[in-house]
Amino acid sequence: MEYRIALAQMAPRLGEVDANFALAADWLRRSADSNARLTVFPELALTGYLLQDLVPDVAMRAQDERLLSLSRVSPEMLVAVGFVEETEDHRYANSAALLRDGELIGLHRKVYLPTYGLFDEGRFTRPGERVRTHEVGPPVGRIGLSVCEDFWHASLPMIQALDGASLLVNVAAGPSRAPGSAAGLAAIAGWHKMQDTYALLGTVPIAFCNRVGNEEGLTFWGGSRLLAGDGSTVVEGPLWEEALVVGTIETDDLRMQRYGLPLLADERLELTRRELDRIITERAGLPPPADLE
Amino acid sequence: MTEPGDLPPLPAIEPAQAVDVIVGFIRAQMEQTGFERIVLGLSGGVDSAAVAFLCARAVGADNLLAIRMPFRTSSDASETDALRVVSALGCRTERVDITPMAEPMLALIDQPEQPVGGDVLNVRRGNVMARQRMIVVYDRSAAFDALVAGTSNKTEALLGYGTLHGDMAAAFAPIGDLYKTQLRSVAAELGVPREILDKPPSADLWPGQTDEGELGRSYDLLDRSLFALVDRRWSVDRCVAAGLDRALVEWVAGRVARMEFKRQQPPVAKVSLRTPGIDHLYPRRRPGSRRGV
Repeated sequence: MEYRIALAQMAPRLGEVDANFALAADWLRRSADSNARLTVFPELALTGYLLQDLVPDVAMRAQDERLLSLSRVSPEMLVAVGFVEETEDHRYANSAALLRDGELIGLHRKVYLPTYGLFDEGRFTRPGERVRTHEVGPPVGRIGLSVCEDFWHASLPMIQALDGASLLVNVAAGPSRAPGSAAGLAAIAGWHKMQDTYALLGTVPIAFCNRVGNEEGLTFWGGSRLLAGDGSTVVEGPLWEEALVVGTIETDDLRMQRYGLPLLADERLELTRRELDRIITERAGLPPPADLE
Repeated sequence: MTEPGDLPPLPAIEPAQAVDVIVGFIRAQMEQTGFERIVLGLSGGVDSAAVAFLCARAVGADNLLAIRMPFRTSSDASETDALRVVSALGCRTERVDITPMAEPMLALIDQPEQPVGGDVLNVRRGNVMARQRMIVVYDRSAAFDALVAGTSNKTEALLGYGTLHGDMAAAFAPIGDLYKTQLRSVAAELGVPREILDKPPSADLWPGQTDEGELGRSYDLLDRSLFALVDRRWSVDRCVAAGLDRALVEWVAGRVARMEFKRQQPPVAKVSLRTPGIDHLYPRRRPGSRRGV
């Protein structure tokens, strides 16, 4: 079945939560006009990225009424959106929610918080501890949510593919570096290479939505992208500019793609776990597990 | 004698993309601060010319005030070249002779109670002129209701080749991450007049002064050294092994370290629970910081 997905490549306003909810509602209406059934917003779309000590000011519960209301703007629409989450016990996470018609269907807390180079996320938010997939019903089935840097760790999308994801959704706020130089292009090319690879090896479509706009000296590059389960590009958004990037995947393709390329079915999970157990032990400087040489 | 081909590379840039990013950055600064106009000091050199072109593209020539601020000893060529920029852009301009403002202070320097070395006298004279120009630019920024655009480039910033609270004073730094050699290609892309691109860079603080004469090294070699040391994180030994002169690289590395103080806010003695710059960390532009709101 054909499934239309819209990537809302927007420029959130830093720290202005009310304004961002209003912007997001506008994008959702436009997305509904394009007959999309899933709209993906960027990382921290409702708060902006470079928050520092604004984190507690903009944080909300995953069940916040404003989030639920946003998903009622277009009741049939599935919405994936990034925000700062505050848990009941006041942990602050860079989270992505999956919502539909006033219901929270899934939640992912960013597992890998980049705290190196130009990034300082671990200074202000805490990492998530779970990687799951979320059932959204036909024709998609299960969605694996992740946030930006999570995708720079191959284990995360692979766990989600093995856990039954039939669509990976990555919400991002990627700042450009060295624009126009080989190094800068390599950063964007790096994103393309890994998306192509995960779609191919996971035999799974990927929806990637990256924000645009400026915060302080940072410029976010956009280039949102939808890939089919064979690794081919369905549609790709412009660099630097706001755009509603809409494309269609054929959900029936997955069946024969995974028959023709049964990588997930062939995966040797018990072998992987055994070797991982060994590596974990060795990295901790402990003696090997008794059953291993 | 080492041929240029044997040296570490100059930092690359794709000028059109750099222009897109910087123009977007300037527009975001205007939007985030609530200003519509920009003021800058226009020297007739390539740096301030490039910034004038970038600002005119971002906010329109009518919203740009370029101030020419000659001193008694400034060269006529500087004024001619500054006027080339003004006529190419059609921006607003004003001429303020700083001689009568600077001379009483310079007279104090030139009649020291105790004899001091000639180099120190030149530095003091140069600083007085640079700071006098800052006073004019900031005064005009209030009159013209404008933000002050910085015209310092990355080579100057890293080498500390600028006057604190003088030419380094600005509200934002559009070319602060462009090396001098990159800046030239960006200036050419912008259409900065050929006469300005081709002349030897000079602070024009005294007749016959040139940057490369004063620094004692060419921008080509300085940028190759800085790009290797800073961007690529090479050691001095690796730079030398790659073909750069050891005395040059050690001088550059030492100067980058000694001039760190010019690139940072002064350290604050921490005596409270929460201290600006240490653990009171906010983006410069945030809700409530936009004026007039």
